[in-house]
Amino acid sequence: MNAPVLEPALRHTTLDHLDWLESEAIYILREVAGQCSNPALLFSGGKDSIVLLRLAEKAFRPGRFPFPLLHIDTGHNYSEVIDFRDARACELNERLIVRSVESSMARGTVRLKSADESRNKHQSVTLLEAIEEFGFDACIGGARRDEEKARAKERIFSFRDEFGGWDPKNQRPELWNLFNARVHKGENIRAFPISNWTELDVWQYIAREGLALPSIYFAHVRPVIRKGGLLQPVTELTPARDGDVVEQLRVRFRTVGDITCTAPVESDADTVHKIIAETATSTITERGATRLDDHASEAAMEQRKKEGYF
Amino acid sequence: MSAIEHIPEFGSRVDNGLLRFLTCGSVDDGKSTLIGRLLYDTKAILADTLHAIEKTSARRGMEAVDLSLLTDGLQAEREQGITIDVAYRYFSTGRRKYIIADAPGHEQYTRNMVTAASTANLAIILIDARKGVLTQTRRHSYLAHLVGIPHLLVAVNKMDLVGYDRTVFERIRLEYLAFARQLGIKDVRFIPLSALNGDMLVDRGENLGWYKGPTLIDILESAPAAHSESDERFRFPVQYVCRPQKADDPLLHDYRGFMGRVESGEIAVGDEIVVLPSERRSRIKDIQIGGRTLPRAVAEQSVTLLLEDEIDISRGDMIVRANDKKLCPGAPASGTVSTRTALATRRIDAMLCWLGESPLDARRKYLIRQTTRDARALLDGISYRLDINSLQQVAAEGIGMNDIARVAFKLAQPLVVDRYVENRATGAFIVIDESTNNTVGAGMIL
Ligand SMILES: Nc1nc2c(ncn2[C@@H]2O[C@H](COP(=O)(O)OP(=O)(O)OP(=O)(O)O)[C@@H](O)[C@H]2O)c(=O)[nH]1
Ligand SMILES: [Mg+2]
Repeated sequence: MNAPVLEPALRHTTLDHLDWLESEAIYILREVAGQCSNPALLFSGGKDSIVLLRLAEKAFRPGRFPFPLLHIDTGHNYSEVIDFRDARACELNERLIVRSVESSMARGTVRLKSADESRNKHQSVTLLEAIEEFGFDACIGGARRDEEKARAKERIFSFRDEFGGWDPKNQRPELWNLFNARVHKGENIRAFPISNWTELDVWQYIAREGLALPSIYFAHVRPVIRKGGLLQPVTELTPARDGDVVEQLRVRFRTVGDITCTAPVESDADTVHKIIAETATSTITERGATRLDDHASEAAMEQRKKEGYF
Repeated sequence: MSAIEHIPEFGSRVDNGLLRFLTCGSVDDGKSTLIGRLLYDTKAILADTLHAIEKTSARRGMEAVDLSLLTDGLQAEREQGITIDVAYRYFSTGRRKYIIADAPGHEQYTRNMVTAASTANLAIILIDARKGVLTQTRRHSYLAHLVGIPHLLVAVNKMDLVGYDRTVFERIRLEYLAFARQLGIKDVRFIPLSALNGDMLVDRGENLGWYKGPTLIDILESAPAAHSESDERFRFPVQYVCRPQKADDPLLHDYRGFMGRVESGEIAVGDEIVVLPSERRSRIKDIQIGGRTLPRAVAEQSVTLLLEDEIDISRGDMIVRANDKKLCPGAPASGTVSTRTALATRRIDAMLCWLGESPLDARRKYLIRQTTRDARALLDGISYRLDINSLQQVAAEGIGMNDIARVAFKLAQPLVVDRYVENRATGAFIVIDESTNNTVGAGMIL
């Protein structure tokens, strides 16, 4: 029998679920706006934060967003993503603040162990400096609980102490949808409106809303090296070394982050619908397939969060 | 055969809706193992995750994979082999989507169990077959019942350690039923399991032949998703007021949108509304979301309401439907509303779960947050504290961590409330200690 290939995306069952997720996220965004005096929304140009921006439009238009967009730039981002970030902020006519790890390095607050050390975890320092500079009392982020085992434990409104630290053993109780964003000066809330979304939900929402994404999310040919089960992109920052076998593969990024720690996956999916079909049948998690930094140790993410990371 | 049936995960036309459930019960009863096993047997654990917990199990010197590592993700949890805080997991079958919350069993972390229970619509209460009903089993059952979880499923676990003995299961079942009856819990089911071996979770296994009921997954797949209470009266707590004030745009010049989520009931353009507590009236001029106009808004929808008249409304006010609000003729102005309708009040009577490490201090003012409104509050008497073992109401001088008590609070500002049993969204509140800003109590209005 010849069954037609079906796009498993837009069926009414998942549509209902997406509506529910969307409504919850809008509610959370409005709680941040209602409770916090000076919040910011972290926008990186990645798919989760692109979804956040659409949710913010739904939550606050025709008004302006009651917060600026903030990007902590490691200086090691794909130019497609940075261009997208700037274009999107401009299109929305919202204020974008960029603070860079390189400035922290110049100030001496970030010191790399070696020139090629990943700057990813050092983002925390720059983020905390930006929070202090602008006096932000809350930062909205696009983290999801399905991403990682420490994230699976985090509250939707997550309290951070004066050092930006997360204390996973002593989180505030969070009941019903009564969120508590109260902080003293210097302390901070991280709010995660899409906590309850999965990777598949994000892609289905992108399809439903027709959201534009940086091109590297879609299948393209790129030079890569196979390393420890992952594909390491060959770039100016991460050049091939002697003995490396460089292959030209068709790949896409499941997550875009720092070039030095984000790996693409082999894929032919060049449309959102094809990505949805692949995501639905993927046997590897988003981080497992893509993050070079989490492979280092069992508790890498938890450790970073305790130090102020998103 | 239709093509749709070829897609196992998302093609199924049967959709029983989202089910949010939690596992709870006493320490080490096997809650985390149960979730791990359920996800393993439904093939919901992806290869790299499984590989990671295999490695961790081996490093910790275990013979088999410890499936509790799937949810016990914190370093401190893994070191001690316990759950400290709730882990959320997401999965879907052809039938429905699930949000699973794995709650900790330790009494010290009861506040985290309450956190998980507050958003669940089904609770799996685990009991170790060797131990029977323990204090913490009772506490969690009571809390699940108190926060209004309509369906309780008692899983008698570790049946492998009692030789899969039916009489053990029956004895525990009767013991629990007696307790449940005292509480007035109606919807309770029982299932014997071995989470470790996977008996009766997804596969029936070979050891529990005497049990003829459905497997765990079958029960979950067919459980009703909704809460038993679903209030039809319109409740719209205002979260945020949108005033774009664009002088150059005549359309937006006078725009005032009241943003919030419909907590219950529904509303349509043209409906007459009342704002509480001010009791001002107007009509719905428009309902919008993301620049789109909707003819009506239903429960759980986040929308923006525009009104016909310019009236003073800010965050914390509640918009209700005019004809939902039944005024009692002849009643005094302060309490003009019948018990069936939202009431602006300066005193609340409630069941309170105290979550703070330091006891409730009767001399101090706390902050009560209910819907989007805050009010300063002072304890105005403790009717009783509940003894969780005997279920007796005992006189109490004070309230400490993990206590459940019936109390009254005096409020400095009025709150617009419903009874919790009638409306979870408008009947629930949290207590905040302003010195730490910590959430120290959870209350349900009586
Ligand atoms: N023999 C046997 N052991 C089990 C079974 N289920 C769980 N265990 C074991 O019981 C111990 C506790 O299991 P957990 O799943 O961590 O218990 P828990 O209820 O999540 O514990 P807390 O969250 O800390 O309250 C572990 O050693 C499990 O391997 C079972 O069905 N049979
Ligand atoms: Mg556990």
